[in-house]
Amino acid sequence: MDPQALVTIILFGPLIGAAVAGLFGKVIGDKPSMAVTTGFLFLSAILSWVVFSQWTWGGLEPFTLTYAPFIHVGDFISNWSFRLDGLSAVMLVVVTTVSSLVHLYSWGYMADDPAKPRFFAYLSLFTFAMLALISAADFMQLFFGWEGVGLASYLLIGFWHHKATANAASIKAFVVNRVGDFGFALGIMTAYWAFGTIEFAKLFPLIAPAVGEGWDFAGGHFSLIDLTCALLFVGAMGKSAQFFLHTWLPDAMEGPTPVSALIHAATMVTAGVYMVCLLSPLFEYAPVAKNIVTVIGAVTALFAATVGLTQNDIKRVIAYSTCSQLGYMFFAAGVGAYQAAMFHLFTHAFFKALLFLGAGSVIHGMAHEQDMRRYGALQKFLPITYAVMTIGTIAITGLGIPGIEIGFAGFYSKDAIIHAAYEAGGAGHPMGYFAFGIGILVAGLTAFYSWRVAFFTFNGHARWTPEDLEHHWHNRDHAHGDDHAHADAAHAESHSEPDTDHVHAGHGDHGHGHDHQPHESPWTMRIPLIVLSLGAIFAGFLFHHQFIGEHNADFWKGAIFHAPVAHEGGGEHHAPLWVVWAPLVVSVGGLLVAAYMYIWREGLGAKLAANQGLLYVFFYNKWFVDEIYQATFVRGAKLLGDLFWKGGDQKIIDGLGPDGVSALSVKVGKGAGRLQSGYVYHYAFVMLLGVAGLLTYALWAWAV
Amino acid sequence: MFPLLSLITYAPLAGVVAILALKLFGGNEAKSAETSKWVALIVTLATLALSVVMVVEFDPKNPGFQFVEEAPWFMGLSYRMGIDGISVLFVLLTAFLMPICIAASWTSIDKRVHEYLIAFLLLETLVIGVFCALDIVLFYVFFEFGLVPMFLIIGIWGGQRRVYAAFKFFLYTLLGSVLMLAAILFMIGTSGTSSIPELMTHHFAPEVQTWLWLAFFASFAVKMPMWPVHTWLPDAHVEAPTAGSVILAGILLKMGGYGFLRFSLPMFPNASDYFTPLVFAMSAIAVVYTSLIAFRQTDMKKLIAYSSVAHMGLVTMGIFSGNAEGEQGAIYQMLSHGVISGALFLCVGVVYDRMHTREIKFYGGLVTRMPMYAAIFMLFTMGNVGLPGTSGFVGEILSMVGVYQVSTWTAIVAASGVILSAVYMLTLYRGVVFGPMTNPKLAAIQDLNWREVAIFAPLIVSTLYLGIQPNSVFNLTSASVDQLVRVYQAAIGG
Repeated sequence: MDPQALVTIILFGPLIGAAVAGLFGKVIGDKPSMAVTTGFLFLSAILSWVVFSQWTWGGLEPFTLTYAPFIHVGDFISNWSFRLDGLSAVMLVVVTTVSSLVHLYSWGYMADDPAKPRFFAYLSLFTFAMLALISAADFMQLFFGWEGVGLASYLLIGFWHHKATANAASIKAFVVNRVGDFGFALGIMTAYWAFGTIEFAKLFPLIAPAVGEGWDFAGGHFSLIDLTCALLFVGAMGKSAQFFLHTWLPDAMEGPTPVSALIHAATMVTAGVYMVCLLSPLFEYAPVAKNIVTVIGAVTALFAATVGLTQNDIKRVIAYSTCSQLGYMFFAAGVGAYQAAMFHLFTHAFFKALLFLGAGSVIHGMAHEQDMRRYGALQKFLPITYAVMTIGTIAITGLGIPGIEIGFAGFYSKDAIIHAAYEAGGAGHPMGYFAFGIGILVAGLTAFYSWRVAFFTFNGHARWTPEDLEHHWHNRDHAHGDDHAHADAAHAESHSEPDTDHVHAGHGDHGHGHDHQPHESPWTMRIPLIVLSLGAIFAGFLFHHQFIGEHNADFWKGAIFHAPVAHEGGGEHHAPLWVVWAPLVVSVGGLLVAAYMYIWREGLGAKLAANQGLLYVFFYNKWFVDEIYQATFVRGAKLLGDLFWKGGDQKIIDGLGPDGVSALSVKVGKGAGRLQSGYVYHYAFVMLLGVAGLLTYALWAWAV
Repeated sequence: MFPLLSLITYAPLAGVVAILALKLFGGNEAKSAETSKWVALIVTLATLALSVVMVVEFDPKNPGFQFVEEAPWFMGLSYRMGIDGISVLFVLLTAFLMPICIAASWTSIDKRVHEYLIAFLLLETLVIGVFCALDIVLFYVFFEFGLVPMFLIIGIWGGQRRVYAAFKFFLYTLLGSVLMLAAILFMIGTSGTSSIPELMTHHFAPEVQTWLWLAFFASFAVKMPMWPVHTWLPDAHVEAPTAGSVILAGILLKMGGYGFLRFSLPMFPNASDYFTPLVFAMSAIAVVYTSLIAFRQTDMKKLIAYSSVAHMGLVTMGIFSGNAEGEQGAIYQMLSHGVISGALFLCVGVVYDRMHTREIKFYGGLVTRMPMYAAIFMLFTMGNVGLPGTSGFVGEILSMVGVYQVSTWTAIVAASGVILSAVYMLTLYRGVVFGPMTNPKLAAIQDLNWREVAIFAPLIVSTLYLGIQPNSVFNLTSASVDQLVRVYQAAIGG
């Protein structure tokens, strides 16, 4: 089949699956809904790998396929289309691979959730929107996908919609993303205003000649391209949870864990990075905006890592880890190493999805306990989960041997980023050294918090008892019973509890009743874990030549642009020896500290936390960003709303305006004792007479 | 020439006559009321069918007026009807929403059913007349008399404070239109014609334009409604019956926007240009101010009413941007808002019919008992926040793009509306649909019945179709809009 047909099937398959499961799920039943969505996803994934192989080894050239017009008003022209180039080819395999595995994993994880068709429909809808995003050939389709994935994210975070925390988190995610989209939309408008087009292919050639255009304002020169890029980057900050707009991502962990893996780790949150790389022809001529990207990326990497050190919820640690790794990708893009950014996006998708799904497997086995303080010594109960989580941890900490270039996935991509930052510093960008320094530091922090999760969960002594687990089940059953009391018993939906799969003691691993021991997950969950761990091991080794090697231009085929003076991405050979070895050293350091605190001197971590040191409190409370936002924006909006409503509308406008007369009329009505419709007839009649009389008089006076 | 427009305009009157006959000679009150509903439904559907014929026969390449009818009237005035690429949409929208209104009132109206239906059919005639009239006096007659049935619908079939609301509505709108009438008479006096196409080519002196513009503005700004003359709308909506709200938000508000496009811009271009900063400021304030108020509402209808004012802010700024993107965006926003806000008021009506309260706090957890309702409400919530893929997005982004080229700051303020709309709509949705169902009174609430699904179905299809294929609408409007922009820009020397 020709590639045009392939990409069309890849794109619309998930949409069909979503429509079938979403609209007819109740009619056709759970299993068929799950089968049709999962089936289409695996079809998309297989075809994506076919396209990707043709791209990488088969000499497939970039193309844009146009399906239909979207908006054509003046020069504001947008089409529904599929743009295949190096960037979208990479994203195709990332999105469809992780999504198909997450679909499969959800067969096990969501086994006894009563709303399975809805869940699978949302997952597939998300995948469609994500594919529409990556294949956009203009800003409008990009924005369509951008907000579409936001919708899916909102729906899935709030999937358990009886939970107040889940609802709050879903709204927060949508609104914070809207703040980003506010900037994004203004960026699009600026681009259109400045260049008169929103189609990438027409826009990119117009950039270079526009260098130098801008305004002199308040003693400085503001470049048009810088402004455009900075505004667009605000959108990326929202979607990719960068500092200032990151607050939604940790809360998004309220969603089911497969969702966290797919949307809030591997795919959607990388859309911002993808956008910056896609717009490299703009960003390359926007030095100020690039510096902003670098600094925000680096600060996010540091911020999220420091917070991640202290959290006790296993999913939140991984969420902060995601945030931090996205920071790496951004500062790579900011220093012009778009290839390295995309490569890290690619490898990160595998090991972060793996870590999340592994965490899900632990949570699943531990009666939905997410607090790591109640884990410990789980390796013999969850051997496979233990193995794959360890692989994921090695991959994210970037272990590998620099001299011979052999290592796990994160090794290739993270080291490439750190080297690129160092080189940028050497090439005269001070932000490069700044990012490099933070990159090294955060590599150590990453190793610490990642190994902390592994050791805290699987090693040491058990901090749970079978009674704890029993208690957990009991509470769940009890809460479940309460729910019946409220709603009509026949219609009470049992998804009132997150994952009620144990309530009915449905599946084979723990048989009838509760054995009150942590248990390994079913095969539907284990297979995705194993496949992803293969990715976490080999994705870097297999593809680093294509993504960041000497001849990466043959792979990207023009999708990534470098301004003539900018350096080439990757290129680890230029860095001095200490730069090459530094990441490994700090990473091993982090590992050792974690081992010391959580294995050799078990309990040391808890003691440190109990001390409530200043830095600990600061980190544990997430730098107090949420509190600051609550006190300013949320409270401010409420206050202003009340002020405008009760002060502006009711007191000033109505008070001065119609209420004088209206109040009188109501008084008259009340005085008459009852407000009968008869009075309304009178009003209407008077009104008619008035209008007719006025009209007649005026016509006589004027027209005759 | 076959008088298609007159046929569409007066077709509902056939229903009025039939229902009047049923009322007078139909015998059993309840039985004839039932028959009257069917009569009204069939008549409005027939009107819709005629409007579809009109759209099919419409020549999108012709920027001028089509299906023109002309006949001497009285006192030197003429009866002139005709539509261009702008008004054709509004006629279609009116004819589309009317059968939905009739169907939505099927069970919720139980007193004075005949009169209610007559009011709606009369309203349809008058509103379609507004959009078809090519004579300024004829326009005024339709425009002004349109108030009366709406006034009655609120005042008779409304809620507790219906008289207050109806009176407020009446005061505001009448005050505006008295000024407009004076301006119209002056225009006829100085130009010697009452024909709208001729007035569009008549050049009024710039200082005269200023006064005329202000007089028309008084009327249209109230109708839109623009900040700060918007306070009648929340009250009117809250008291109006569901179908009344649908028509009010869906169509009556659009008469203001249509007026700007038909009169202010083409007839008083210099004054429009001069007052553009004023309009921009009022619109930008409206977006932020009313969005923040909407966030604080506890009454579902009031929230959506305030949200309407915010959305209309985008329309007015789009209209006065004076470029194709802005005009198309504003027109599209009106069309889309007609569908989405109508649907949202119907969503409120669904639960109001069951529980007789619109307090958000009363509800919660409806999704467990009403999954279909939850899904439909979600779609229109997303439409109202302007999610791409729904019709709400297209108008919003185009208006902002248009305004951005003229006034960056206005566009920036307006764009903050995309954040605020998400805040208040999602809060509303959460309060009503999500969360645990704690109110025992809701335990037996029923999901949508087939009649309600049938009412929502065309609105769902329109919202999505207009969101994905907006170009099919731009094909209809572009010739007329391009001409409007060209003439306007030439007049202001832009």
